[in-house]
Amino acid sequence: MTLESNIPAGPLKEKWDSYRFNMKLVAPTNKRKFKIIVIGTGLAGASAAASFGELGYNVDVFTYHDSPRRAHSIAAQGGINAAKNYHGDGDSVFRLFYDTIKGGDYRSREANVYRLAEVSNEIIDQCTAQGVPFAREYGGLLDNRSFGGVQVSRTFYARGQTGQQLLIGSYQALARQVGLGTVNLHTRSEMLEVVLKDGRAVGVVVRDLTTGEISTHSAHAVVLATGGYSNAYYLSTNAMACNGTAIWRAYRKGAQFANASFTQIHPTCIPASDEFQSKLTLMSESLRNDGRIWVPDKAGDGRAAADVPEAERDYYLERRYPSFGNLVPRDVASRAAKQQIDQSKGVGPLHNGVYLDFRDSIQRLGREVIEARYSNLFEMYERITDENPYEVPMRIYPAPHYTMGGLWVDYELMTTVPGLYSIGEANFSDHGANRLGASALMQGLADGYFVLPYTVGNYLAGYLNTDPISTDDPVFAQAESAVSDRLKMFTSIKGSRSVDWFHRELGKILIEQCGMTRSQTGLEKALSDIPALRDEFYQDVRVLGENETLNQSLEKAGRVADFFELGELMCRDALNREESCGGHFREEYQTEDGEALRRDDDFAYVASWEWTGRESEPVLNKEALEFENVALTTRSYK
Amino acid sequence: MNITLKVWRQNGPNQPGDFATYAAENISPEMSFLEMLDTVNEKLIAANEVPIEFDHDCREGICGTCSLMIDGIPHGPQRSTATCQLHMRKFQDGDVITIEPWRAAGFPIVRDLVVDRSAFDRIIESGGFITVPTGSAPDANLILVPKDASDAAMDAAACIGCGACVAACPNGAAQLFTAAKIGHLNLLPQGQPERWARTVNMVDTMEEYFGACTNIAECASACPQDISIDFIALMNSDYVRGKVKQRRLTGQMS
Repeated sequence: MTLESNIPAGPLKEKWDSYRFNMKLVAPTNKRKFKIIVIGTGLAGASAAASFGELGYNVDVFTYHDSPRRAHSIAAQGGINAAKNYHGDGDSVFRLFYDTIKGGDYRSREANVYRLAEVSNEIIDQCTAQGVPFAREYGGLLDNRSFGGVQVSRTFYARGQTGQQLLIGSYQALARQVGLGTVNLHTRSEMLEVVLKDGRAVGVVVRDLTTGEISTHSAHAVVLATGGYSNAYYLSTNAMACNGTAIWRAYRKGAQFANASFTQIHPTCIPASDEFQSKLTLMSESLRNDGRIWVPDKAGDGRAAADVPEAERDYYLERRYPSFGNLVPRDVASRAAKQQIDQSKGVGPLHNGVYLDFRDSIQRLGREVIEARYSNLFEMYERITDENPYEVPMRIYPAPHYTMGGLWVDYELMTTVPGLYSIGEANFSDHGANRLGASALMQGLADGYFVLPYTVGNYLAGYLNTDPISTDDPVFAQAESAVSDRLKMFTSIKGSRSVDWFHRELGKILIEQCGMTRSQTGLEKALSDIPALRDEFYQDVRVLGENETLNQSLEKAGRVADFFELGELMCRDALNREESCGGHFREEYQTEDGEALRRDDDFAYVASWEWTGRESEPVLNKEALEFENVALTTRSYK
Repeated sequence: MNITLKVWRQNGPNQPGDFATYAAENISPEMSFLEMLDTVNEKLIAANEVPIEFDHDCREGICGTCSLMIDGIPHGPQRSTATCQLHMRKFQDGDVITIEPWRAAGFPIVRDLVVDRSAFDRIIESGGFITVPTGSAPDANLILVPKDASDAAMDAAACIGCGACVAACPNGAAQLFTAAKIGHLNLLPQGQPERWARTVNMVDTMEEYFGACTNIAECASACPQDISIDFIALMNSDYVRGKVKQRRLTGQMS
């Protein structure tokens, strides 16, 4: 299958304008004749659903949470980027575009990224008008700070909870539409299947998580805004319920899955404290502005941080990358930390961390300044570890955090299934092989507020005055019974091990073989271990309780079953990509001093996979990436 | 550590519930409270017993999903801390811990420790927003917001919507939640055009679902985000002004 990215012709800077001029429009009075389903209410889903409602479309929005406000966008701490250049430090739309392409190690599409940079400024305007309490200067203007991988201050923030504040903004916009009746909100409702008729998306199958009731819903278009799949690793910074089921079900129905191996391991998380750890907690990357990362020079040094003299400390990021220092991009910082720990220089009771030390900043700026900047993060750290970071350096270690891979989408954010869209972290589009800090919130809101509300009309216009396919159509009954059968299958296995046990085992394989470094032998091993574990799961999992009540084990069973298949695709994609780029580091492909070795001649493409069934291998389709506006260089942060 | 748990078990919304006693053995003080419950659930599954249902998600204290009444205190004994951020080192070996769902008429029980908090969404839908159709906003720096106002709005906006305030209140009142939401928007210049209608609509909706406030202030002690009850005073003042004064003066009152 050839992939049509549908990028408009013309110069980069005019593509989005020319697209919007040439696209088909749906007249205001006709919008009410269309119905759109949105799955997920994070930044992307809530902003899209709210914008659709404002435009006059009929919207049904589904979330498995008890309220849209709880989606995991809420946990983003640091901030959101925009090319406002409010600080006059040389920022521009082109620089944000350039930094994002470079940060992504030249594995993303120029046209999409340029559009993202263009609309970034509108996002800040929109959110400020909604009452998002961004940090301010004393004169009442907006404040900015800088983030890893860039040399300008372009990050807007709201204390350490930018994600929560932005999500509350889009949730409130969505709530307004719910109150007005343009959007039907379905909470505690999980989408378990996409319904297709004649190759086009026509609806979904949903399970009510409190009653177990399975229902079908039809629409002219379906939007998946269901986030990423870092929880495939079991231990990640994602919320417990984050899962890949919606995008995986879509993949199995024909939507292609791109760059599955591009996952981001975030460098500043609190190390695991014991084997019962259920998830890892992120400490905002903004801490790297004032914290210095170090380990003891000597392997196996058991002394407390305060007892290690200055001369015996290795500030390894500052040493290796003098120009970016502690603010190198995430993939570089994570890999460097892993190298230190692999050399037995890890600190803390389990020797599984590196120090992030604020001593020098406190001396230079005073404790009050550090408190004003980071007090909530320091308090959170202390609650979790019982250590006071004003006095003892923080311990940090990388953890799975974000997935750049996702459903393949074209310029209009449509998947390879007509009528099925994917936005936010759920798609693959903008971050290439590595995402820069404070860019996830930007992309979610760009897709939801400023891209999809335009592009969806171009598709819907062709279906004016046609009704959505009736849910009485046999395609809905088939999909519904497939969902019911699968749920019954889980409860009828009656094996001996819990869903969490299997999930933890899968996570161990993935983090070991498809984590911060990958190798051919390791990936091949994973590709035989994962199917074996999966087969065991289908024979030996124990899911108690019934379908007809709230049953979190049953919910998890379906999600973990999908993670098995998704994890396999992650490994297959990593094995195929015989180069190192961004978060994907193949041990066989590195420079003499251990930096990533990209192979542009052979791998400057999007690897898009097509499902062919569980027992057969997926088909690889390639979308060549063409760079007309930036020169491909080796990323250097030295 | 070895702990004894008394946990509320209830199969469904309209069914009777009761406490069940479980032993939580070999608990590490490093575990979070929810990880302790995870291990209890693993043992229940191993013994072919249906695990305890409880709400939780981000486990970082920000999503507001977790909602446990621990020994009669919403989110447990540590101040300014959501259940998911509470660690077992705050308990002693041999402790008997009672775990209940939020108890309030406005929050019907779904199952075990899970309650339905959608009444909060109804309050927001009735007016908890600033109307800004997508794409219609002016440049962000055209709206000057004094730092004091912005900081005060942020203090209110920090509310995570968990409902601990309602659970802590003997009247099952939702004043602190509603006041935080109103305070966030009413303190900002952007929130002024809809200020009076917002306040009246949200308070009136709140009263359909929740009890009345009698200034007990338990809500503020239970709040994991330390939302101040001063916001309730602001809400009450705005409510009176919204109800009594002439709405046509909207935008001209400070």
